[in-house]
Amino acid sequence: MNYIPKIPLAEWTDKFIAYLTLHCSDTTQSIADFLEKLILGIKNFLVMIPPELFIFIVAALAWWLAGRRMGIFTLIGLFFVYNIQLWDATMATLAMIISAVLFCILLGLPLGILAAKNKTAYKIITPILDFMQTLPAFVYLLPAIPFFGLGVVPAVITTVIFAMPPVIRLTALGIRQVPEELIELGRSFGSTFFQMLLKIELPLARSTILAGINQCIMLSLSMVVIAAMIGAKGLGGDVWKAIQTLNMGMGFEAGVAIVILAIILDRITQSLGKSK
Amino acid sequence: MKKLEVRNVVKIYGSNPDKAIALLQKNPEIGNDEIRKKTKQVVGIRDVSFSVDSGESFVIMGLSGSGKSTLLRCINQLIKPTAGEILLDGEDLTKLNDKQLIEIRRKKMGMVFQRFALLPNRTVLENVAYGLEIQNINRQERAEKAKKALEMVGLKGWEDYYPHNLSGGMQQRVGIARALATDPDLLLMDEPFSALDPLIRHEMQEELLELQKKLHKTIIFVTHDLDEAIKIGDKIALMKDARIVQIGEPEEILLSPANDYVARFVENVDRSKALTASAVMVKPRTVIFPKDGPRTALRSMEKNGISSLFVTDRDGHLLGYIRAEDVAEIANQGDRQLERVIQKDMPVAHPDTLLADLLEVLAYTKVPVAVVDEDNKLVGTLVRGSVIAGLAGKKEESHELYSEDSLS
Ligand SMILES: Nc1ncnc2c1ncn2[C@@H]1O[C@H](COP(=O)(O)OP(=O)(O)OP(=O)(O)O)[C@@H](O)[C@H]1O
Ligand SMILES: [Mg+2]
Repeated sequence: MNYIPKIPLAEWTDKFIAYLTLHCSDTTQSIADFLEKLILGIKNFLVMIPPELFIFIVAALAWWLAGRRMGIFTLIGLFFVYNIQLWDATMATLAMIISAVLFCILLGLPLGILAAKNKTAYKIITPILDFMQTLPAFVYLLPAIPFFGLGVVPAVITTVIFAMPPVIRLTALGIRQVPEELIELGRSFGSTFFQMLLKIELPLARSTILAGINQCIMLSLSMVVIAAMIGAKGLGGDVWKAIQTLNMGMGFEAGVAIVILAIILDRITQSLGKSK
Repeated sequence: MKKLEVRNVVKIYGSNPDKAIALLQKNPEIGNDEIRKKTKQVVGIRDVSFSVDSGESFVIMGLSGSGKSTLLRCINQLIKPTAGEILLDGEDLTKLNDKQLIEIRRKKMGMVFQRFALLPNRTVLENVAYGLEIQNINRQERAEKAKKALEMVGLKGWEDYYPHNLSGGMQQRVGIARALATDPDLLLMDEPFSALDPLIRHEMQEELLELQKKLHKTIIFVTHDLDEAIKIGDKIALMKDARIVQIGEPEEILLSPANDYVARFVENVDRSKALTASAVMVKPRTVIFPKDGPRTALRSMEKNGISSLFVTDRDGHLLGYIRAEDVAEIANQGDRQLERVIQKDMPVAHPDTLLADLLEVLAYTKVPVAVVDEDNKLVGTLVRGSVIAGLAGKKEESHELYSEDSLS
């Protein structure tokens, strides 16, 4: 094998990214500014709400959607997080999750619809999704830095890339699973493209799409924690700090808070898909 | 009036239909399998033509895979025909753009599906209103029309239930109501009752006939059940291997099958449920008018070797019948008035009465059954011999049997 020189994939990647940074920095800068404002806005809003009120609202929501036990768990869990003084970090993490999931849905839903409707699009999108999902997260955490610097913005962007595939995949799946006869029904009565989508396909794909969004939220949470390495604060930041200082107690506290947040988000969104 | 005309429609499934079309043009008799082997294209339907009058029920009938659904879907363009024309009210649907097609589908066609195709997330009322909803008709008018359609199919009071609360028969009623709600002229029904159990299927057939009496829609009805075809259809098209092998009224198909395939197909059908009095009645050879004297009557009976005669007025209205012995009696008494001996207790049928409903009468009657039209004009008589011949599927011989049938 020695007579074939090493293919300089690493050099090419560096050059490509350098090129992009040089020529697209204006665009990326404005995207970054916008994102930063959005994430901060959400975070400030969440922090502004008195924690007690927030806890009661979420607990009531959990009770209503996922039953009494989940309501009580939410109440106790969030009070615990508040008590161990991780409230601000939790809200920062939540703000990042909310913005990431928002973008995942905004981009993933139309892409999923496209993949369901168009064979060529499907053939292009699926391998990209596979690539995105299998590429270790650390690898694309790095190139985000030259584009967007350190902090929450690259964290959210990498999270979007990491967590969007299930939204696309399950939206496409849900739409493709709509029975042929119901598609014929829509067409034979004279539905337009958007009427088909809004009145037949999306409502029937609803629970599948919500399952995709649920997965997206869980992936976002795990990624947001990892993204602390590139300067995103929040619960991940605390974990990262704990690792660097070998502070096991602090790491455990943050870890428990992450688990509590994960369970609450998971159960609430899961029951959204089941109810009605 | 022609509502729908289908002209030389071909549907080839596959990515390269031109190859198959070329083969078909070169050799119109080429088999579907040969086309598939040579071109990898599947023939859905080939060179199908027929026309349907306004208000007619047209049944497309054939075994599985014969192309019935393909043909039906070509009519509303869910499947684009590879070649041919489809004219609805004189307008060629194959030439319309998407927008025009949507308009036609909304206003002129309704479809009913084999597995009902109800939206599980909508109530019965919302399902029925679907066609109106996508035309952006306001909520109130929508609800009104949908309720009316539900009432027509006997589902008043079920508006707020969900499809899974309903039995199969009821679900299909919802499907029919949905197709009626937009008040289209043309109803397309693809095996609408095949998924129902026999008793319910029977009931639904009756109800469709009842509805049709009131609404006079043009119906294209697909089925693989010949008994159903005969019951529903004003006309039946029999399909085999992507082609129509015979089109005709139910009786035509039963009595003069175009080829062996059709003959074998119709072998097992219950003819008494398909044949009507008009198919097996014979022209009353002789009738007598009241002013004809008894002598004339007797002579006529003698000549034809029969023992009774129908009496009509000059315009052909049935007055009754006379028996030879009664006529002979008054003739001996020198009475010239036939009126005195006219009997009125003969069984009467209409041309469209099913034989099934006449068998019992035929078994016990001593005189022939008179067939009269709605003005009570005598149009024919039923004698046992011709009825039995008809049931056995031999129309031609029925006339010969007539003379043997002496009136006991
Ligand atoms: N989408 C398709 N692609 C390829 N071939 C098809 C397609 N749809 C139907 N066919 C073929 O066309 C032929 C006619 O099918 P069609 O569905 O019209 O039959 P059918 O008479 O409705 O049968 P059934 O009683 O089973 O519903 C069959 O040979 C079938 O295999
Ligand atoms: Mg079919």
